[in-house]
Amino acid sequence: MEFLRDFNKPHTCKIEYIINETPTVRTFVFSDTIMSKSLPGQFAMVWIPGINELPMSIMVSNEKNKAAFTVRKRGINSTALYNLKPGQNIGVRGPYGNNFNIKNGNILLVGGGTGLVPLMRLLKFVTPSNNVKLIIGASTQNEVFFENLAKILLKNNVHDIIITTIDGSYGRKGLVTDVVSELLNTTKFNGIYTCGPELMMFHTIKLAVSKKVFIQASVERIMKCGIGICGSCSMNENLICKDGTVFNGNYLLENNEFGFSYRDKSGSIIKYTSKV
Amino acid sequence: MTPNLFTRIGPISINNPTILASGILGISINVFNRIYESGAGAVVTKSISVLPSDGYDGPNMFSIGDQGWLNAIGLSNPGVDNFSKILKQNKKIPIVVSLVGSNEHDFVNMIQKLRNMQILAYEINLSCPHVEKVGLDVGDDPDLVYRIIKNIDSITEVPIIAKVGLGSTNYLDTVRAACDGGADAITAINTLRAMSIDIETMRPILGNKIGGLSGKPIKTIAVRCVYEISSKYDIPIIGCGGISSWQDAIEFILAGASAVQIGSIINYKWLKIFSDINDGIIKYMSKKKIYSIGEMVGISKRF
Repeated sequence: MEFLRDFNKPHTCKIEYIINETPTVRTFVFSDTIMSKSLPGQFAMVWIPGINELPMSIMVSNEKNKAAFTVRKRGINSTALYNLKPGQNIGVRGPYGNNFNIKNGNILLVGGGTGLVPLMRLLKFVTPSNNVKLIIGASTQNEVFFENLAKILLKNNVHDIIITTIDGSYGRKGLVTDVVSELLNTTKFNGIYTCGPELMMFHTIKLAVSKKVFIQASVERIMKCGIGICGSCSMNENLICKDGTVFNGNYLLENNEFGFSYRDKSGSIIKYTSKV
Repeated sequence: MTPNLFTRIGPISINNPTILASGILGISINVFNRIYESGAGAVVTKSISVLPSDGYDGPNMFSIGDQGWLNAIGLSNPGVDNFSKILKQNKKIPIVVSLVGSNEHDFVNMIQKLRNMQILAYEINLSCPHVEKVGLDVGDDPDLVYRIIKNIDSITEVPIIAKVGLGSTNYLDTVRAACDGGADAITAINTLRAMSIDIETMRPILGNKIGGLSGKPIKTIAVRCVYEISSKYDIPIIGCGGISSWQDAIEFILAGASAVQIGSIINYKWLKIFSDINDGIIKYMSKKKIYSIGEMVGISKRF
């Protein structure tokens, strides 16, 4: 009775199976027609009963009418999700938010960590005309994931998958932005799409905008309601849940919070301290 | 003569009667500005407390159908010190600062820190239905309400609005205490204490289990409260609760409200709701040959 569903109320789904992506990252697959049709950049509010509700980018599944969430265990909430077993329930509401505008021709995807999730969904929407370059950034070899999935999703496209690790244990040693910088000198891209740590996105956008290349990023902020009411995800005049998650790069560069600060659960502004 | 949306809520004057309700969106000066530019006559901040608060774990808000919502955000806010830095940037926006606290000392402490800022009014939250020792717990104690309002009134020239809701005490006693203490206006009502259980997992859905009901289902209750307050007391009222259209706004004004606050409907109609309501009110006034909001306030009491 999907047509009767109120997409603003948590809808209970059973976790069907779990994919171990890395020692700290797992993907949880469940059946849900509505979530399976979500667009790249959209998110769901995911209820972990008894724990909390988290905004999560909606991961693709190879199977029809299924969707997934990919989580890295970090804090109390993400670890609770990470520890769920097949057969256990989660609640989902959404999908919410806008989506990437996928250009024809040469496109470049730049992702780090679980920021790769919306990019994997984007790969589901590329057309055979797209020539796709994908850069996957990780700290070390056993934290690289989605490489094989990306190959499968891109089997009908001319493509190139480039891995970077900070310690050089796999792929190229260094940061994704080193590769972005090189590629921008050799290839003319029609669109660049990025999701991952904010400072990685910030520097990728700066590189692309300096070459006047169209770029979009999917931005993350703390969210509580997901529907444009609570204000937790404010970034300057924007609400990430309603106006995003996807923004054009040149717009983000005019924003004096993106790349500089975020808000904690209380709404207090916290400045980023580390450099990319 | 052409109809005019200007309205007076006692000492508070605003260009139109649509106000962003407290708890909605209000922590970023740029978002306030965007809402003001979208047509709101004024904006109310999230309720500010002495110390920062993270609020509750989620789920914090979801639909119960029929444009009704359940929420328990838990009064998350950056605290008065951080918020005063945000407020310092205000040049032109009519901002009502909502304050929440447990006793007169909390409120006095916060107001001293907000001196000399561009503030249209204070709205004292006496009615949040799901956080202990503040909000409705305070509103349910008319003696405490009197002391709080009286103490605030003695230290500031900024107008004071008391926001009341339906708790375990007769809310009209809370209104009376606020009036006696020196409140300049009343906002009525807040969300109503409510809950919802997921039958599949057999658990309460809200992280806090109990929260507040907002949106369309509470509108007729709110209209009744505005009507009762305006029938009983001579104090300006701001109507709040389930206002989703210009027709709803006019209904509140006819019941006795001088202005209205807009909240949950923002999810459906987003920020154009303010200009939509204002346009509808103007057309209605033209049709009825009414030229000011003031003429309309409380007309239904004649019958």
